[in-house]
Amino acid sequence: MSATLLLIGTRKGAFFLESNDRKTWHLRGPFCEGWPVYHAIHDPKSGAIYAAAASEWHGQAVWRSPDLGETWTHSSEGIAYDDETGRKISKVSTLAVSDGRLLVGVEAPGIFESRDEGQTWSLLSTLAGEPGSDTWDDPSNQPPGHLGISALMFDRDDADRFWAIVQGVGLFETTDYTQSWTPRNRGLRADWPREHEEVGFCVHKLVRSPVDGDRMFQQNHVGMHRSDDAGQTWTEITEGLPTEFGFAAATHPHDRDTFYVIPLDPGHGRTMPEGHAAVWRTRDAGSSWQRLDSGLPQRDAHVGVLREAMAVDGEDASGLYFGTSTGQIFASTDEGDTWTQIADYLPPISSVEVAAIG
Amino acid sequence: MADVRLPSTLGPLFPGLPRHLDVQAATVSDVIDHLEREWPGIRDRLCEPGPTLRVHIHVYVNGERAKIDTPVAEQSRVDVIAAISGG
Repeated sequence: MSATLLLIGTRKGAFFLESNDRKTWHLRGPFCEGWPVYHAIHDPKSGAIYAAAASEWHGQAVWRSPDLGETWTHSSEGIAYDDETGRKISKVSTLAVSDGRLLVGVEAPGIFESRDEGQTWSLLSTLAGEPGSDTWDDPSNQPPGHLGISALMFDRDDADRFWAIVQGVGLFETTDYTQSWTPRNRGLRADWPREHEEVGFCVHKLVRSPVDGDRMFQQNHVGMHRSDDAGQTWTEITEGLPTEFGFAAATHPHDRDTFYVIPLDPGHGRTMPEGHAAVWRTRDAGSSWQRLDSGLPQRDAHVGVLREAMAVDGEDASGLYFGTSTGQIFASTDEGDTWTQIADYLPPISSVEVAAIG
Repeated sequence: MADVRLPSTLGPLFPGLPRHLDVQAATVSDVIDHLEREWPGIRDRLCEPGPTLRVHIHVYVNGERAKIDTPVAEQSRVDVIAAISGG
């Protein structure tokens, strides 16, 4: 078995957890000079690690390590809007990489591309002209801590195709590398007035089955949803969950019907209900849900889990990992049936990704 | 030559960057131009597009709060500060 590397983005830098057996873990970090790291990813093709970080003093940049964290460089060359647009970038929020194309989603909403492994960047798209884009820079239309483009997800086989989430607006798909976009929010629920039929939805997290590209799940501000046609239409599958709200989600690497979520209280606390930590699993594409809490704290655990803070590895006995707002990492290697805390006392965790190394 | 003092937070980002250096400059902008030539990318760490100084980067010329176009004289002391803020 290859080594497993967890890439952890936190409020105070990036950390890595490494293991050869997924039982004993070794923590390294902090990296990125303590800058808030919103997302860290591994490029399996080049072996590089990238971290999207934004310092309150020194601005935003994408950090790169070619050697699993031994050395780092950073760059924001080209990550800026033209001054005459009046648009400013407050943070770099999310990363995606495919076939030598490295993308970073930013706030105010836009996507920048690098073709030289993060050394230089150019603006790829602002989704200008899409419904809602005329007002999404208005602070009164944005939630606190606005991420802008909160997620990017490449198609596995076609690098011209990817999905982008505009926070508080909805999901968009491009099949021609941003020459055109299509909103993909049909069937989603929204409990608030919307100005446009196709947008105005609060998509928190999108995941896609590795074994069936048509099967997607999303955790929405209001409910869990499933798509069987790669996001063209959505069906709500919230029934059986303790709340309709949450951020994190993960698919099973080998089973198209199995999917994990972490429901949270929908108020502004946004922590696990009643202080009882649990992950919820469906094995039938959302027809029913099982509460998984063995090994998780069941008392006074008022913790949250953010949208990028759960990940699944691709091993035969797949590993599932999540990080909390209070700095713990929990892991399961039996599909969520039992859990072990593998790290504590980290800064608040923004993201967890997993990579197979070697 | 102006006596330029840089914050400790910049050093780890740019290998070889000293805390103190002498710079021939007529304005704060010139100081940053000089730094950018020697350590590419440092402008983005100090300035927003415009350019203007980042909100939490404070520059003082001879003890007086400066802007990016503030003049710098031959014997000026230029302190670049990462503002004491945050948590």
